Amino acid sequence: MKVPISWLSQHVDLPAGTGVEELDAAFVRQGLEVEEVLTVPPTTGPLVVGRVLEIEELTGFKKPIRYCRVDVGNEVPQGIVCGARNFAVGDLVVVALPGAVLPGDFAIAARTTYDHVSDGMICSSRELGVGDDHDGILVLGTDGPAPGTPAGGLLGLDDVVFDLEVTTDRGYCMAIRGVAREVAAALGAPWQDPAATTPPAWSGDPAWTVEVEDPQRCDRFSMIAMQGLDPAAPSPWWLRRRLTRSGVRSISLAVDVTNYVMLELGQPMHAFDRDAVRGPVVVRTARPGERVTTLDGVDRALDADDLLITDESGPIGLAGVMGGASTEISGSTTAVLLEAAHWEPAGIGRGVRRHKLPSEAAKRFERGTDPDVTVVALARAAELLAEYGGATVVGGVVDVDTRGPRPEIVLPVSRPQAVAGIPIDADTVIDALRTVGCTVVPAGAQLTVTPPSWRPDLTDPADLVEEVVRAVGYDEIPGVLPTVPPGRGLTPGQRRRRSVGRALADAGYTEAPAYPFVGPAALTALGLPTEGLLTLRNPLSDEEPALRTSLLPGLLATLARNLGRGQRDLAVFEVGVVFLPGDGAAAPLPPVDRRPDDATLAALLGAVPAQPWHVGTVLTGLREPRGHWGPGRAADWADAVQAARTVAAAAGVELTVRAGDRLPWHPGRCAELLVEGVVVGHAGELHPRVCAALELPPRTCAMELDLDALPERAVAQGPAISSFPPVHTDLALSVPAGTPAADVESALRAGSGELLEDLRLFDVYTGSQAGEGQKSLAYALTFRAPDRTLTRAEVAEAVSAALASAAAVGAVQRA
Amino acid sequence: MSGANDPFDPKQVAALSPEALDTAVREGVAAFTAAADLDQLAAARPAHLGDRGPVLLARRELGALPPAARKDAGQRVNTARVALTEAYDARLAVLSAERDERVLAEERVDVTLPSDRAPVGARHPLTTIQDRIADIFVGMGYEIAEGPELESEWLNFDALNTGPDHPARSLADTFFVAPEGSGLVLRTHTSPVQARTMLERTPPIYVVAPGRVFRTDELDATHTPVFHQVEGLAIDRGLTMAHLRGTLEALAKALFGPGSEIRWRPHFFPFTEPSAEFDVWFPEHRDGPQWVEWGGCGMVNPRVLVACGLDPEEFGGFAFGMGIERALQFRHGVSDMHDIVEGDVRFTRAFGVEQ
Repeated sequence: MKVPISWLSQHVDLPAGTGVEELDAAFVRQGLEVEEVLTVPPTTGPLVVGRVLEIEELTGFKKPIRYCRVDVGNEVPQGIVCGARNFAVGDLVVVALPGAVLPGDFAIAARTTYDHVSDGMICSSRELGVGDDHDGILVLGTDGPAPGTPAGGLLGLDDVVFDLEVTTDRGYCMAIRGVAREVAAALGAPWQDPAATTPPAWSGDPAWTVEVEDPQRCDRFSMIAMQGLDPAAPSPWWLRRRLTRSGVRSISLAVDVTNYVMLELGQPMHAFDRDAVRGPVVVRTARPGERVTTLDGVDRALDADDLLITDESGPIGLAGVMGGASTEISGSTTAVLLEAAHWEPAGIGRGVRRHKLPSEAAKRFERGTDPDVTVVALARAAELLAEYGGATVVGGVVDVDTRGPRPEIVLPVSRPQAVAGIPIDADTVIDALRTVGCTVVPAGAQLTVTPPSWRPDLTDPADLVEEVVRAVGYDEIPGVLPTVPPGRGLTPGQRRRRSVGRALADAGYTEAPAYPFVGPAALTALGLPTEGLLTLRNPLSDEEPALRTSLLPGLLATLARNLGRGQRDLAVFEVGVVFLPGDGAAAPLPPVDRRPDDATLAALLGAVPAQPWHVGTVLTGLREPRGHWGPGRAADWADAVQAARTVAAAAGVELTVRAGDRLPWHPGRCAELLVEGVVVGHAGELHPRVCAALELPPRTCAMELDLDALPERAVAQGPAISSFPPVHTDLALSVPAGTPAADVESALRAGSGELLEDLRLFDVYTGSQAGEGQKSLAYALTFRAPDRTLTRAEVAEAVSAALASAAAVGAVQRA
Repeated sequence: MSGANDPFDPKQVAALSPEALDTAVREGVAAFTAAADLDQLAAARPAHLGDRGPVLLARRELGALPPAARKDAGQRVNTARVALTEAYDARLAVLSAERDERVLAEERVDVTLPSDRAPVGARHPLTTIQDRIADIFVGMGYEIAEGPELESEWLNFDALNTGPDHPARSLADTFFVAPEGSGLVLRTHTSPVQARTMLERTPPIYVVAPGRVFRTDELDATHTPVFHQVEGLAIDRGLTMAHLRGTLEALAKALFGPGSEIRWRPHFFPFTEPSAEFDVWFPEHRDGPQWVEWGGCGMVNPRVLVACGLDPEEFGGFAFGMGIERALQFRHGVSDMHDIVEGDVRFTRAFGVEQ
């Protein structure tokens, strides 16, 4: 909502010294966000009103050119060349004289052009920076200030415009009337309500037959008829200027007047060409198959929910949204029907969204207009059309008014201070509510409050509390910390996610959360299913309509993006949720006047698909950089498995690993990750086809596991630390090449007994020396007893037992 | 060598003569001093201080002396031995020090060589800022509540006094899950966690809920369809707007420095009444101290309490929510949203593991 100060100050007696800053503060205090303060770019030098005395049409040039003699208040008229054609002898125009500098450093000087000396310039709105109109020059009309009068003030060049963002609950501030009320309240200044007028008592029968079939959605419909309108009559300059400064284009007198009244009073209006309206006007919802061509020329199929204004020919307008083309005011219209109505806001909103027609009128109806002012608005428009267009009202006013009484709200007088936390006495409460227009009847400790007709947002005691606190001033409320009962800190799951993220970062991984949207292309490249996923009705991109069930598509896209930006050695992780399709049951939408019953609540919560937290890592390039210590080490499958072990360690769970086979991993280089016997994820090298399809470097590695599938961390028990000496011994075993090292290790551990303190595989050899179909595994074992120094015999016995146990998986000690 | 019991005058035992001992000491000291390194010193030791050195050999002769002469001769031998030992030890100390100095000099390295053998990772600043905010509230006694990103429409809208005709409930603003009528959306704010919390817990409730939210904006320098908020909710008896302000002030000071303040601007949200937007005064702003818009807040609308089964006559409270990306932008001087969402490791590494 653009508010020129000049217009505002016509209705509010702004205290002396009220400047831009004070107004800005007042708007903020009232909750009207100032988006922008618009000033007109400065013009310097002589800028005056001129009257066109003579026009000489110059010929022989590529385009028609005029040489004009313009009275600018001097004895001798100014000779000016002008390319525009939208003015006539006798018109008042704005002339920039030599020495003037227009916005954009446009310096005006006498110059010879088209064989004539042009001693100044006749200006357009755009050249002056007061509008976008550049179709012709700015014509002020024929009556106005004397030639030579400085034009700056007239143009509003010094008029600041506040562009306000009006929240959806405060439709009344979509008009000068409402903004004036707020500014007056904020500054404590007197003001005049432009709607506080009594419409004339138009005599005669109602000018038209009107029937409202749906009083729920239209509880007031008012209309007058006017005739004798001069279709060529221009809008007066002051009106055009206000429209322009308010961001509305000037079109014709009839349209400009309806827009002007809307900006002033907040009541959108529509003007029908009376001669085009056939028979009685009926307000009703659309019938099957009906269509209407709206003012924008679009032929629209109508929905049964669309509320229409119709005549005998059918729909002639989408009520409150946009008029119809068949009854549009034309350049020859002399008789009009002016309509001003009150529409039910939600229905307007549905219509706007259905037809994608966000008009200025609908913006106001959608927020709720003041049903009291329909006839006041008609009278205001009639007054302007009479004065500037010569039109007269014929017949009486049509006013179909089915409104019921406005609901009362009971407000305990102590409620505002109980909510605000500062003392607010009864007088303050009552004053505040009356200032916003409420009728207040005190009754003991309670107030019976009837909100004003323009505040449909005030329905609850809490709404009234806000009005009172707003009047007191939000920033009058001091800060007090509440006494919060002791909390339990982070949950185990929350701590786990933090520990995991921190551990991976410490291990060299960089966190990169990705959007959760996926599409068939990436899924197919990864060999993941493209069916059975949760999808969006309105995805940002049709390429990615589904929600991820794996973190890998996003992580690999991040990897590719970083590679594309010249990175080579990358290790990236994400901790995030995936979306698992449920049984497809719809989530119910129970009423909100009470807590849903248990069954409904269970259905509601149960319909929300499971969204477990996963952690994923991807890496490529060197895992350890090259440096003075050596050539570096390429990332491989083992790093991916180690990432899983890092996660498990951070989560405090024991991870085991066995061979797996699952896309997108390499079938021979995929580890299945298990915790307590349950598969929680996979790690390893990506399948070569996946790397090729995604144009990733060969041997890119990845890990993903389900964090929510991990059991809760067990409470760790402190071990007994022995101070007796250890015995270190190495074992070299020959095992069948296909035997997993993990099996051999398990067997050794099981056989070694309690004296084994540590066991580590330190070498794997698969060359020819290992023997056909065999591999050699070398283990370092550490034995220690809690209570004594071990003897050689004891160690030998434990080693023998270990070897005996390992024999079960085919291990033989190498000679 | 003399026999043990021969009654000799000690002066007649040549080895014990003062002259002989002086000579032995002089020669020994000279040999030790002449040793150029520890090896030479060690090689010189047996000849002068070893069992077969002149002083120790002389000592063996003591037994042959008559008791009267033995004391005098013993003192002379001992004096000689001490002198030699001192000379040896002194030379040993000098040579050891010289050796240590030489070895340490030889072992000198260039400590400015790179030491980054282990790759460096980082957590995303969106994560670390959320953690920090969570920690601030946990310190006040709050708990961290959570809710799903894919949420029921009822909890995202209806329960929060946002009726079916509200403009936000359109395909133009909100991601809806297929098929039509699923009753599921990608949550448009963290506020449904409020409703879940009120449905699950009984007051007093003091929770914050950081998390990811979704709106159908295209990614540009200032918008992203996937972003993060932190929601706060307090439900108790007797909570006021003053408590809300106190809480926001505490957060602002903890996150943006002790000079930070809170300013309120009346605003509208369906789920709070009264409602306000709030700005924080950020003294450390890159462009100088200034007010920065940060979030929305208000007293929980009694209608929301009713939908969640709480009696608004008994309980009330406040709620607030703010954008994490926004905080990241002004607290850390990040101007382009692309940098926050694209996962470029160069961006994230600048923030380390903690903020």
